[in-house]
Amino acid sequence: MSKNWPLWEIFVRSKNGLEHRHFGSLHASDAEMALENARDVYTRRSEGVSIWVVESTNITASNPEHNGELFEPAQDKVYRHPTFYDLPDEVKHM
Amino acid sequence: MSNEQIKNLEEIFEARIARDEKIEPKDWMPEKYRKTHIRQMSQHAHSEIVGMLPEGNWITRAPSLRRKAALLAKVQDEAGHGLYLYSACETLGVSRDELYEQLHSGKAKYSSIFNYPTVTWADMGAVGWLVDGAAIINQVPLCNTSFGPYARAMVRVCKEESFHQRQGFEIMLKLCNGSQEQKDMAQDALNRWWWPSLMMLGPTDAESIHTEQSMKWKLKRKSNDDLRQQFIDQTVPQAELLGLTIPDPDLKWNDEKGVYDFGEINWDEFWQVVKGHGPCNKQRMKARVSAWENGEWVRDAAMAYADKKEARKLKEAI
Amino acid sequence: MKQNNLYNYIISIADNSLILAQRLGELCGHGPTLETDIAGTNISLDLIGQTRNYYQYAAKIQGEGKTEDDLAFLRLEREYKNVLLVEQPNDHFGFVMGRQYLFDVFHLLFMTEMLNSKDETLAAIAKKGIKEVSYHKRFSGDWVKRLGDGTEESNAKMQEAIDDLWVYTDELFDLTEADKAMIADGIGVDTSKLKELYYAEISELLKEANLTVPEGKYFTRGGKKGIHSEHMGYILSDLQYMQRTYPNMEW
Repeated sequence: MSKNWPLWEIFVRSKNGLEHRHFGSLHASDAEMALENARDVYTRRSEGVSIWVVESTNITASNPEHNGELFEPAQDKVYRHPTFYDLPDEVKHM
Repeated sequence: MSNEQIKNLEEIFEARIARDEKIEPKDWMPEKYRKTHIRQMSQHAHSEIVGMLPEGNWITRAPSLRRKAALLAKVQDEAGHGLYLYSACETLGVSRDELYEQLHSGKAKYSSIFNYPTVTWADMGAVGWLVDGAAIINQVPLCNTSFGPYARAMVRVCKEESFHQRQGFEIMLKLCNGSQEQKDMAQDALNRWWWPSLMMLGPTDAESIHTEQSMKWKLKRKSNDDLRQQFIDQTVPQAELLGLTIPDPDLKWNDEKGVYDFGEINWDEFWQVVKGHGPCNKQRMKARVSAWENGEWVRDAAMAYADKKEARKLKEAI
Repeated sequence: MKQNNLYNYIISIADNSLILAQRLGELCGHGPTLETDIAGTNISLDLIGQTRNYYQYAAKIQGEGKTEDDLAFLRLEREYKNVLLVEQPNDHFGFVMGRQYLFDVFHLLFMTEMLNSKDETLAAIAKKGIKEVSYHKRFSGDWVKRLGDGTEESNAKMQEAIDDLWVYTDELFDLTEADKAMIADGIGVDTSKLKELYYAEISELLKEANLTVPEGKYFTRGGKKGIHSEHMGYILSDLQYMQRTYPNMEW
């Protein structure tokens, strides 16, 4: 028995000016086929103007168990947000 | 991990779901949650791809070019939906090949309705109208299910599926506005598909084993019997609009309850088909298995070609 | 007479797309992977779309009040003018991709020329069709390469398909009376001029795919004159089943 077609993650730019967004995955033997399959699977209803394909094994994901140390420290850094700063109402458009 | 630690994790997990948070593949989850999801999502995926067969049966015989294109597009969508759902399963670490293996060996189930034959063109109408109608009732609530990849796949499926039922109803409508032969064909299809469509929503609540747990995990939002009632209540007026008779002498409006009462479902038939003895169980599995086996040399060739290409690229780089 | 030639001309192009779409339609749900099922269906849908445009136009030219479906479903076998290539069966996936590729290369050359037709409708169909057919050719060509240069088994199977289908390629360049009349009017494509390009392009890809270019000098023809292979009757039995069994009804 032979090797299975690897899994690819598909990212589609849905229209000009937008970022590529993860649409889903599919199987293909190589990158060209992954692009062709992605076109037929994920853009049948004109959902896209550009496609990226990445073999799933090439993606490194953060570990959800580390979510606390990774993401929580940012929560109290309110000074990074404009609403942290008090300005008089007369100052408009800032 | 100690039992206590696991219990603690489970509590946190259940609380997350209760707060309507989504569970993602790499999050900690109870083994039962993982298994239940693989089972339900793969069953759903299998149903999509086995479901391609009874409708695929009429692609070459569709009566007009417009119908042919619509039917092809619909069957193609089913392949797409199967693909999305298999992908959602794969996020839990089980490959599509393993899932196929389960389907082909008879270990995995799929929706029994696809074991009924499509014998006339009107069946394309009835399947779209009734079978997709029942499926939508089942599927729409799943767009909010707790497992992220499943919910996202279902959002896509439901969006695409919205044309399927309309396509079916339009076929019925055209038949019902046509010649006597066409009307008879439509009635005949309703007669054959009505009861299996009701069965499709699953065994009665009294006999349904997974319901309670599934409700908690939002794999199910309503019980089988409630879904069935909803389906009947919405479909009966549509049949009236078509001028067709629902093949149930006991069907009548219950003013007090505000729903339709309906006759006894033949559950023996349901279990017979589930257990593999429906009109087309063997035929459907043969078709799937032979597609897979006949395709092996093709899949192998593509892989071998990709490897060669990769090797050539490496050699050039050196 | 001129209208008659134009009608015959359009029909012969349309029938190629119709019969090939019909063959591809048989496969949906039976392919080697879900991904290939979805791709094959897309090609079939493109071809049906083209077919409808052609038949609608042909019906208008004919002026007898017929519809696209009358033309697609209610002619006698002799009145279908597709080439023999497109009616060949889906023996295995190598045949499916081989047939597709041998047709696609022709189809794209043809459409590219038809873009310059003096007939605006045909030129417009070509403009839309070129994009579709370019993709078909890329898809089928990639598969011929994968199968040709894949495993030993796939190479043998792909070679078998190319060898068997080769005899139907020369017919693509035959000129019928309608063709000649339409070429003279600047409407039709002189396919005889595409022959060299066609075989050169195919030979190049076959070599790249580790396949042998068949040397056969004997070709089979007939479809363009309405004389079909034994397969055609069965194709039409399916295609025409509903319209023949239930005449004069709407669906």
